Amino acid sequence: MKLLKKREKLNGTAFLLMITIGLFVAMYAVGMVIFADKGFAKPQMFLNLFISNAALIVISCGMTIVMITGGIDISVGSVTALVCMVCAYQMEINGINAYAAVLIALCIGLAFGVVQGYLVAYLDIQPFIVSLAGLFFGRGLTAIISTEMISIKNATFIAWANYKIYLPFGSVNKKGVFQPAYIYPTVIIALVVLILISIILKYTKFGRKLYAIGGNQNSALMMGLNVRKTKFQAYILDGFLAGLGGFLFCLNSCAGFVEQAKGMEMDAISASVIGGTLLSGGVGNPIGTLFGVLIKGTISSLITSQGTLSSWWVRIVLSGLLCFFIVLQSIIASKKRKGH
Amino acid sequence: MTKDNTNKKNFNIKSITAHHLFIPFVCLAIVLLVNVIKTPDFFSISINNGVLYGYVIDVINRASELVILAVGMTLVTAASGGQDISVGAVMAVSGAVCCQILSGGEVSVNSFQNPLILAVLAACAAAALCGAFNGFLVSKMHIQPMVATLILYTAGRGIAQLVTNGQITYIRVDTYKIAGGYITGCPIPTPALFAIVVVVIVSLILKKTALGLYIESVGINGNASRLVGLSAASIQWITYILCGLLAGIAGIVNSSRIYSADANNIGLNIEMDAILAVALGGNVLSGGKFSLAGSVIGAYTIQAMTTTLYAMNVSSDQLPVYKAIVVVIIVTMQSPVFKKFTQNLRLRWAARRIPNGKGGATV
Repeated sequence: MKLLKKREKLNGTAFLLMITIGLFVAMYAVGMVIFADKGFAKPQMFLNLFISNAALIVISCGMTIVMITGGIDISVGSVTALVCMVCAYQMEINGINAYAAVLIALCIGLAFGVVQGYLVAYLDIQPFIVSLAGLFFGRGLTAIISTEMISIKNATFIAWANYKIYLPFGSVNKKGVFQPAYIYPTVIIALVVLILISIILKYTKFGRKLYAIGGNQNSALMMGLNVRKTKFQAYILDGFLAGLGGFLFCLNSCAGFVEQAKGMEMDAISASVIGGTLLSGGVGNPIGTLFGVLIKGTISSLITSQGTLSSWWVRIVLSGLLCFFIVLQSIIASKKRKGH
Repeated sequence: MTKDNTNKKNFNIKSITAHHLFIPFVCLAIVLLVNVIKTPDFFSISINNGVLYGYVIDVINRASELVILAVGMTLVTAASGGQDISVGAVMAVSGAVCCQILSGGEVSVNSFQNPLILAVLAACAAAALCGAFNGFLVSKMHIQPMVATLILYTAGRGIAQLVTNGQITYIRVDTYKIAGGYITGCPIPTPALFAIVVVVIVSLILKKTALGLYIESVGINGNASRLVGLSAASIQWITYILCGLLAGIAGIVNSSRIYSADANNIGLNIEMDAILAVALGGNVLSGGKFSLAGSVIGAYTIQAMTTTLYAMNVSSDQLPVYKAIVVVIIVTMQSPVFKKFTQNLRLRWAARRIPNGKGGATV
């Protein structure tokens, strides 16, 4: 019985992941056919998905972690904006160096993680309310620092931002010159984080505790797990990743601005959900989340390649997709319930 | 019986503080007190050009949309134990639909292209449809309310932009400005009238039908109420449709205020205010029993607070910081862990007052 249940569960989640990967491949293939002239088939176009979404990959990993515990964090977009603004302000107005800026970014993320985690884990407040307050707090604080856009001109920072890592493959342009494909260091950081989080979730005690708590908090408690502490740690890790993601976002945008990363929490949540993380907790893995992010990236590059559609369509399509996956999850969950 | 009476006499203050509207009233009083200290003529009301004029009137006028939203939010919170965070976006959708129909596709018009009643009905229908969508996801698909409404929270403004083709549609017709301004001959601002009408109608529905009771029972225990024979899903669905509809009305009022449909700014950040109003009103955010009056007082408190902060030169971008802090304080005070903590403190304090008592043993 137990084995059967396990297989059933595995089938459900594997099914969702398969759909996600299939959807990504199909979308990209469609893009390659329709927009062949816009370079969709070039390897660089594929790498651009990673370059423009490096920050989102890191942030979504954090989101996946809290969602596995059954929580949610919608403050990540604001944290990103706050990190960008503080880094920009400190580097441009106060003239601190870029290394200190990294430290500040991580500390901001950690601070958000600690406060929100404490409120959620130890005071039993709904994560949504806590992080909604975090969302408004972060955005408001960004506005208090500056309502003007601050562009970053710090030499070290710009050098980091523009450092290209060339890859041994590439494409030939119209003049017949070979152009190697490149990525930025942000992509490597994002992928390292992704792999680390995958390992933590799969092979460490902490990771397994997260799944146990998300699956059933009461039985986790009865098994002797420290539920509160683990949840607290999950939010701290999430906050840390939001801070890191914010810094990567900053490297990509090179500016601090109040309206930055607005709606990023939505992107991160949809990436996790599309990647097979259950909203009710207990199920999910970062690899699926990666594909969720790539799908989001493909949608936005499809819509920008199309040219005439307004950028609002990205959000609408993504919301539609999120809705589709949520309903799918709910159907799978109800089928499982009936199967018992 | 006599014991009861003496108890009442002795703990008269306690019975007042225990009343569910005590905290909302205290909050309102504190905010008003701060205002009176800062601006002594806060309560003075004069009549200029046949309309009432003064700080208080301004607060009451500006709070109207929030009151309307808070009513819907209270019902949703009570029935589903979650909040509808798409209300701001739904306001934008309804404003956009209304203005787009009135303008017939033009950017700026000086006369209605279509009848007003058609536009208002269409806007309300669109908003109710949004509410129905949220309600479907929550009640039928069993998705957490906030995640379900997150979809429209982000997509709603996009939809509104699509409706208005990404432009700000202006309706420069005096009739349209009535809903956000004044009816000729009536000194009370129209939005306040809208708010009063909405509150009265909804509370009548709740009082005269069993809907209020049903909503509470579904919120307290959905399964139990289903077993009793209530359709928990339908009742939740109704609250969401109602919440959407009310958000639509608020959207029309707001767009009438600025006689235009600005999809990016109508009802921006107002979901936070609405949730805050519900929490300030003494309603538990995890559902169950609710108090409409509390939420309405909460909404006026929030607006008074906003006005105060504006008067203290806080820009609209920075407001959320203070509101977020207030939300965190309120939900912390509501949390069971905190309540237990204060209860323990009180017990320990009581134990210490007992002479020669060793604390815990005597209590």
